[in-house]
Order: sequence, then C-alpha cells, then structure tokens
Amino acid sequence: MALSGIQIYKLLPHTNCKECGFPTCLAFAMKLAAKQVELSACPYVSEESKKQLAESAAPPVRLISLKANGTEVKAGNEVVMFRHEKTFYNKPGLFVRVKASDADISRKVAEADAYTVNYVGMDFTIDGFAVEADGDASTSSAQSLGAAVKTVRSISKRPLILIGDPATLPAGLEACSGEAPMIYAADNSNWEAMAELAAKYKAALVVKGESLEELAELTQKIQAKGVEDMVLDLGGKNMGEWLSRSTQVRRLALKANFRALGYPVIAFPGNVGDPARESVYAAQAIAKYAGFVVLDTFAPELAYALLVLRENIYTDPQKPIQVLPGIYEINNPTADSPALVTTNFSITYFSVANEVEGSGQPAWLIVTDAEGMSVLTAWAAGKFDAERIAKAVKEFDLASKISKKRIVLPGHVAVLSGELEEELPDWEIRVGPREAVDLPAFMKQAL
Amino acid sequence: MPIEIPKDKWPGSVRKVTVGATAAEGGTRAKTVTVGGQTTMPYLQYEALTPNTPVVAIEIKSRKPEDWSPLLVETWGDAMSDPAQWAKKAEEAGADLIVLALTLEDSADDAVNAVKSVLSATGLPLIVWGPGQAEKDNDLLVPVAEATKGEKIMLGICEDKNYRTIVATAMANGHLVQARTPMDVNLAKQLNILITDMGLPADRIVMDPTTGALGYGIEYGYSVMERLRLAALQGDAMTQLPMMVTPGFEAWKAKESKVGEGVPEAWGDWAARGIHWETLTAVALVESGADLIVLRHPESVKRVKEAIAELMVTA
Ligand code: B12
Ligand code: SF4
Repeated sequence: MALSGIQIYKLLPHTNCKECGFPTCLAFAMKLAAKQVELSACPYVSEESKKQLAESAAPPVRLISLKANGTEVKAGNEVVMFRHEKTFYNKPGLFVRVKASDADISRKVAEADAYTVNYVGMDFTIDGFAVEADGDASTSSAQSLGAAVKTVRSISKRPLILIGDPATLPAGLEACSGEAPMIYAADNSNWEAMAELAAKYKAALVVKGESLEELAELTQKIQAKGVEDMVLDLGGKNMGEWLSRSTQVRRLALKANFRALGYPVIAFPGNVGDPARESVYAAQAIAKYAGFVVLDTFAPELAYALLVLRENIYTDPQKPIQVLPGIYEINNPTADSPALVTTNFSITYFSVANEVEGSGQPAWLIVTDAEGMSVLTAWAAGKFDAERIAKAVKEFDLASKISKKRIVLPGHVAVLSGELEEELPDWEIRVGPREAVDLPAFMKQAL
Repeated sequence: MPIEIPKDKWPGSVRKVTVGATAAEGGTRAKTVTVGGQTTMPYLQYEALTPNTPVVAIEIKSRKPEDWSPLLVETWGDAMSDPAQWAKKAEEAGADLIVLALTLEDSADDAVNAVKSVLSATGLPLIVWGPGQAEKDNDLLVPVAEATKGEKIMLGICEDKNYRTIVATAMANGHLVQARTPMDVNLAKQLNILITDMGLPADRIVMDPTTGALGYGIEYGYSVMERLRLAALQGDAMTQLPMMVTPGFEAWKAKESKVGEGVPEAWGDWAARGIHWETLTAVALVESGADLIVLRHPESVKRVKEAIAELMVTA
C-alpha cells in the first residue's frame, strides 16, 4: 500500500533546506506521494528511510514472472479483492503437470503444447508445464528429471515449473539453465537448500506450509537468504479451506500491507485426484485469486472452459471486449452479397461472424459503434438506434461496395426499421432472424 | 509469527427465506428449504459461519421442450414428456427443489394439472415459472397459485413488466416470488422496493440478478452479485435478499453445450464440454454469492452440490 504524504514526511529530514527544489520537506513529501518527483532529489534521506520508502512503493502482491525462450507468464501485482473495484490484471497461468517417469510424456506435452482455441477473436493456449520428479530422491530419479525437462524442451518453448526436492531438482534446472523457471517447493524441512537452488538458478520458489503463520515465517527466512521471487502453496483440505486462506492472503497483502505473504498463490486442482472435481477446484482458483493453476488433466473441452472463465473474470469491467467498428468482409463478398448490421460487442460480433463464415455464404458485416454493447443492451441504452446505424452506413460508405441498397437488421431490433427507413430513404431495410444461428438459412431463402 | 487476519465486521446480513411448507405448516411438502442468513461474503467461514447451505434446483418443463440440447434429451429420456416422472427423476438426481417451467402451449388447466402432478410426485419444495410473456404468465400463474394455496411455492419470473399480478396472487395465497432484473444493482433494489410496497414481506422474495453463461457475459452477473452481497452486508435493506441464478438455462443455450457438430475441434468432447459449461458457470456464481442455483443436467447437479458441500466444511 502506498504511503500518504504525511507518512512520507515523517521519514524525511525535517530541515526544510530546499535543495530538492521545494520550500519544505512537507511540500516535497506531497509531491512524492503523488509520484511527481523522485526520492533521489533529496540528498539527505537516511538509508533506513530509503528502504522503507522503497518497500512502500512495491506492489502489495509481488509480480512474479516465469520466462523461457521468449515466452513469459506473469502473476501478482493485483490491487483489489473484487474485480468491480478496478480490475484483475495478471491472468493466472495455466500449467499442465507431467511426471518425469511417464513413458507417455512426449505425447502429453505435444498435445497440450499444440493446443490453441479461439474465443471472440483471441487465441488462447495453455501457459506452461510442470515437470515432476516422481519416485524417491535417488540418483536415477534426479537424472530422470533432467531427461524429462530435455524432452519437454524439445517439444515446448513454454515456461516450466519443476517439482522435486534439493536432490532431484539440480538436474532439471541444469536442463533449462538460462531460463527463469519456478521450483517446487520449499517447506520447513528443506528451505535452506531450496533457497540456495533458487538463488543459484534464478528460479522463483514456491513455499509450502500448512498454516499462514508457517508460510510467513518461511518466506521471511528465505528472503533473508536473498530470494525475492516467491509463490505460496496454501495447502488446504477442501475448497472451503482453500478459499479462506486465499482470501486471507490477498487481504493481508492489500489491506495490511503484510509483506511476508505479499506473493502470488499457486493452486494444484489435480491433487484432488478426480478430473470432475479438478475442474471445479480449478474454477475456484481462477475466480479466487490464484496466480498459477497446475492441472493434471489436459482435455481440450476443459482447457477451453477454463481459459474462457479466466478471460471473463479478468476482463476489465470498465471496458467490455469489443471489436473496431467498420465493414467486415466475410467469405469474400461481392457487390451482390447481402449487408448485415450488428454491434461492436465482441461476443455479438463473433456469434454473427462465425455463423455466416461457417455457412460459407459471403456477406458484408456492418459493425456499428455501440460502445461495446450487445444488440439489446445497446438498444436499451440508446447506443444502437436508427441514427447510429445510418451514420455507420454513410461513414463506411457501404453504398460504394454493394449494388443493391439493402441492409439487414437483427431480429431483436425490428422496431428500428421504420425510423431507419426515414434516416436512409433510398435503402431497403430488412429484418433478419432474432438469433444468429438462423442467419444462414435466412440468407439462403430470403436474400 | 502470529498473524492478525483482517476480518470484516458487517452491520448487515442477508434475510432468511423458506420455500415450501410441510403439512404442519399448511402445505404438503416432505421438507422445506431455507436459504440466506449470511453475515459475510460467500463461505468465509473464518469470519462467520454460513448459516444455510445454498441449494440446487433442477429445471423441468410441463411439456417436452423442443429446443433443448440433445445431450439433455438423452439424459432425461421419456421422463421429459411427463412432468411428474421428470420431477421424480430430478429428485433422485439430488435436487433440493424443483423448478417447473410452464409453456405458452399450456392452458390454465394444463398448468394446474402439471403443478399438482409434480407436487404429488415429489416431496420437494417447488418453484413455478410462467412462460415469460406477461399476459400469459398471469393467465397461468394465478390459477396455479390459487390451486396450491399454502404450499409456499415460489412464483416467477417477476420482472418490472409483469410483477404486479404475480405478487398479488403470491400475497393472497401464501406463496413467494422470484424477482428478476437485468444485471444491475439499482434495478434489483428498485424491483424489491416495488414488490414490498405492494405488501409482500421481504422474506418471501428471492432476487434473481440474471446471469450470462460462461463466455456469454458471466462476468457481468458475477460482479453484480458480489456488489449486491456487499451492499446487503453494508446494511442496504433492499439488497438483503438471497440470490438465485439460472446457469442451467443460460449455459445450455450456449453453442458450446447445445451443439455437437460443426464446431471447432479445439472445443473437445461435446458431452464433457456441456457439463463443464454448466458446472463452471454455476461454480463461479456460487463463489460470488448464489444461494439457489437452477441447473439442468444431473452430473452438473452432483458436481455443484459437492462443491457447495466442500465450501460449507468448517475447520
Ligand atoms: C450482459 C447484459 C448486460 C451487460 C452488458 C453487456 C454488453 N457489453 O453488452 C450489462 C450488465 C452492462 C447490461 C446493462 C444493461 N442492460 Co442488459 N443484458 C445483458 C444480457 C444478460 C445479455 C446480453 C448479451 O450479451 N447477449 C449475448 C449477445 C451475443 O446477444 P446479441 O447481441 O443480442 O446478439 C445475438 C442476436 O441479437 C443475433 N444478432 C446479433 N447481431 C445480428 C445481426 C443480424 C443481421 C441478425 C439477423 C442477428 C444478429 O445474434 C446474436 C446471437 O444469437 C441481456 C439478457 C439476456 N439474457 O439476453 C440483458 C438485456 C439485453 N439488458 C437489458 C437492459 C434493459 C439493460 C440496461 C438498460 C439496464 C439498466 N437500466 O441499467 C443496461 C444498459 C446499459 C447501459 N445503460 O450502459 C434488457 C433489454 C430489454 C429490452 N428488450 O429492451 C435485457 C434483454 C434484459 C431484460 N430481459 O430486461 N446488460
Ligand atoms: S532536500 Fe530533503 S531535507 Fe531538504 S527540503 Fe527537500 S526534502 Fe527536506
């Protein structure tokens, strides 16, 4: 949490020497609070004050970034408990876990890595892989983690989480050296060795504890060893306990500026051991503050649902997802192709565009500026009326593209046709079906 | 290191609302369902316990619907042509309540018969929806309300254009109402004010803030529910009502659930996707404060009830 001007003032020398260019230390403090000047403008701030000021400028939830070969996943930097208060920023990374000893590892990684799905014009993929050294800490499993990481690397460029212990992890870390992976996990028994590994390989470190107290103590001890990039595994025996802990951690970070837990959280829905429940755990993790979500089940239908949920929860509530207004060409339309009118809300645009495209029939799609609202919402809010539609038709110069002056309205706004005839006197106004699914048949029969 | 967990202390709480009446209470239900009563944001058991477990209703129709996803038709089979049988199967599938949706084709007699047959087929409390056209809603819901006096049925769906007659008949016959508004905190408050102004006690209203399916506007419903619950806890009386949502209806309208062919390969297995679509829509809404969740598929019912049960566990 940022300090107020008065709080900053308390940390300044109180000499009013004016060297910073301001008449008093208080005036300088106010400018600092407003982030309009740099602290370095005052030559007399004590080291101790500098440290405190730097800490207060740090985000309440530390930004953690995993990198590999030009790909990156970020978590943290969140500032609110509820998305309507501002927005959630960094979408939780979706990782798929594979076990080092799994003979099928290449196929599994290849399938998940190649996965891409389009949702309202955006291509979504999973973010990375968690590779686990299963078996005991013997040399053979240490080597197998290294081999497994090499296998994964031969297929995927996505960031990695390596799961193991201080004995097994080095081989894995060597196999992806130069990247910024994450390692799992430091606990009460091994934190020193894990911290050393994290420092040596510049890896982020997951810290695991069965209570928040235990976690906070561990993160402080690890931080004292010079490791800053940490992520919390909250444990939890059921959804309720996990929700409580995750909420407490977010609240402590945001409301109490509690540094020891000011880190993103990682969730392992797959630990529940049943794919049906795994999907539900993952949904909760996405909605309630996870920064990383590690799945054991990769299935396209589940990945799609979770990626869409994540997109929805992390959409900025101030800005609906929208497309640019304009004339869109579908299936190479010609002068004889019909012209359809819709709004620039992404979901609306794509439900229409996808139906028409799928039918193979060419059309011009006139996307009016309805401030990113659906047909009926925009109509009810006065953002999709005859005037706006007429303006779009003229502005985009539809007449120059088609031979027959005719436009088709969405069935839900049939009431607009009268007014639109007045606005566009030499145009034929047709009313289409209410739902986009019925458009192809309508186009075939009626246009 | 001792940590002081920040706890919110709220001045307000959600009202308790009970649907259904047993014989002792003037109805015929084997059990009743009570929702609401929370004094915290959803399931923060460390702050205060959640007094009543949120419940799941299964939506059935008075006639076999023509436009439901083939996946649902396959699941419910022949029971879909007989509301009594359908209700029984829904009870077996774990429903806490039944939603019986009437249709435009029903006459008043058809509607009353369908409701009575469902009441005798199961002991669960009942929610009855009109077909969704103001005039027809009134034509069907009034006789239904009169024929089931004292059962404490929930009548819906009350919106600003049709609430008067439904509320009047709910008052006259001891029923409750479902108050729906389009994803807006102020509109929700306003409808609750209009309804209570008519004289229906607030503990006979459940508000339905409307939701969209996953991928189709769920984020608006999700946030409106969080805002309504925050307002309730802050003490705003006209938002202190339990919330119900219809993810079954919304999710099974989405192409992802409804259609199996001609969709992108990346959408994966259709049957599994349909369940995910309904379940994940519902679970997100459970997290944002839903007290009564109306679903369509038995497998989603199972998953959502399990999730709620886990959220209700106290340490
Ligand atoms: C999500 C939503 C919102 C969101 C906005 C989302 C957005 N960015 O648009 C929010 C919460 C902000 C909102 C606000 C309001 N809403 Co609103 N909202 C909805 C809701 C739930 C879903 C709308 C949606 O996204 N549909 C999905 C899209 C894809 O549908 P669509 O654009 O219509 O497109 C379909 C068809 O029209 C067709 N189609 C589209 N283009 C074309 C083109 C052609 C040629 C053809 C043939 C077909 C076609 O294809 C699509 C798929 O079939 C609906 C209720 C519902 N369940 O439908 C109410 C609804 C649209 N809202 C309504 C209202 C009244 C409002 C408000 C005015 C309420 C208020 N007073 O605050 C405000 C207005 C906004 C403002 N003042 O800023 C009413 C409209 C009533 C009416 N008939 O006039 C509705 C119907 C709810 C209701 N039953 O009362 N809303
Ligand atoms: S330079 Fe530093 S000590 Fe001098 S007035 Fe500015 S803030 Fe105060």
